[in-house]
Amino acid sequence: MGRTLAIRRLPLASALTQRQLLEAPAQRPRFCERMADAGLHPLHATGISVLQVNVGKFCNQTCRHCHVDAGPERTEQMSADTAEACIRVLASSSITTVDITGGAPELNPSFRRLVRAARALGRHVIDRCNLTVLTLGPQQDLAEFLATHQVQVVASLPYFQPDQADAQRGEGVFEKSIEGLRKLNALGYGHPGSGLALNLVHNPVGAFLPAPQDSLETRFRRELGQRYGVVFNRLFTITNMPISRFLEFLLDSGNYQGYMDRLASAFNPAAAQAVMCRSTLSVAWDGTLHDCDFNQMLELPLAHGLPRHIRDFQLSTLERRPIVTGNHCFGCTASNGSSCGGATV
Amino acid sequence: MDTYYHPHDLGKFADMGKGNPDLWEKFMAYYSAVFAEGALTAREKALIALAVAHAVQCPYCIDAYTQGCLEQGSNEQEMTEAVHVACAIRGGASLVHGVQMRNVAGKLSM
Repeated sequence: MGRTLAIRRLPLASALTQRQLLEAPAQRPRFCERMADAGLHPLHATGISVLQVNVGKFCNQTCRHCHVDAGPERTEQMSADTAEACIRVLASSSITTVDITGGAPELNPSFRRLVRAARALGRHVIDRCNLTVLTLGPQQDLAEFLATHQVQVVASLPYFQPDQADAQRGEGVFEKSIEGLRKLNALGYGHPGSGLALNLVHNPVGAFLPAPQDSLETRFRRELGQRYGVVFNRLFTITNMPISRFLEFLLDSGNYQGYMDRLASAFNPAAAQAVMCRSTLSVAWDGTLHDCDFNQMLELPLAHGLPRHIRDFQLSTLERRPIVTGNHCFGCTASNGSSCGGATV
Repeated sequence: MDTYYHPHDLGKFADMGKGNPDLWEKFMAYYSAVFAEGALTAREKALIALAVAHAVQCPYCIDAYTQGCLEQGSNEQEMTEAVHVACAIRGGASLVHGVQMRNVAGKLSM
């Protein structure tokens, strides 16, 4: 298993260092210039339908592309008080979906409280699951818990073959991921009509854009079905963001400039129009508010004197807010677009 | 290191339109149509392009269609098999000309 940037005390562990690198002058146009050309600068939110809660950086895996720099030695975890503040916001607003992420969000002590409370309020709950967490000894009842509360599982599986998946996520992860998927399938997840949605996430295993979502989904369905008897609902393709450990990979492999050029040259105004930050509000483990999980990791707070903490949440000032952007945003606007729900166009 | 082929020169491909924009646009329209999803999928076409790139040994095409195949979701095994197809046809093309050799030798020999 690899190690986090933080534990290796690398300069790239600093969000400021990452931002300086991403915003350094380059031959390609800046993101804000491309957005201006598309008539989308400054970008504004259109509402808040998703509260994405990142409960912390603790994870049982150390994936090479992780934009969170999550890992087993990370200690940043959302407190019970902050989780309660998120629940109060849900109770006082009409936000329909709670998208819980991490790290491995299920390993946060407040995870189940968040799920129960959000479901009791009638909200749709998404768990961004790394699958191997389902196979950990103390989490043997996790799959049943998710099914009982009808949580949508969005599970990372970059490819339908072990070599590629393990290259990105760590030795032996693919096999355990299949074990996790089988547990979910046995409970009804991924089966039509069960009401238990199991969606997979593909991130490219390298410095290139994801394949077209529909055609890749067809191959995943065929290969996972034939090889492992695994079923799922949808495949989401997500572009790797040039942040944190994926940024480290880009730099170490000499792919940084080429990848940024690729993202910028594939800028798609339709994808820019449909970026998820326009309908999402992101909460960090410490309760700070951000336009998205990527801005959160780059420590870019909300702009223009807006509330900066979940306890100060005010829907009327946040739902049409201006969105903070940077060159990393090319990751969400390239080609078919990218969001936590996959391709956007 | 100086080299005849510079990978970044692929980015100058569109400069070929400067000498004759009309022909360039016609070529690009045709090129785009060829690679669009059709009776063959875009992924299959990218694998064919990768094989042909190796047959014609165009370094720009190899760069472009290695990335293109990955971006269509192909894996290393599939891409390697595509290169072997190019290799087999090239090798077979040499070997099958052995028939010409045998014809000529047969005619010349007692």
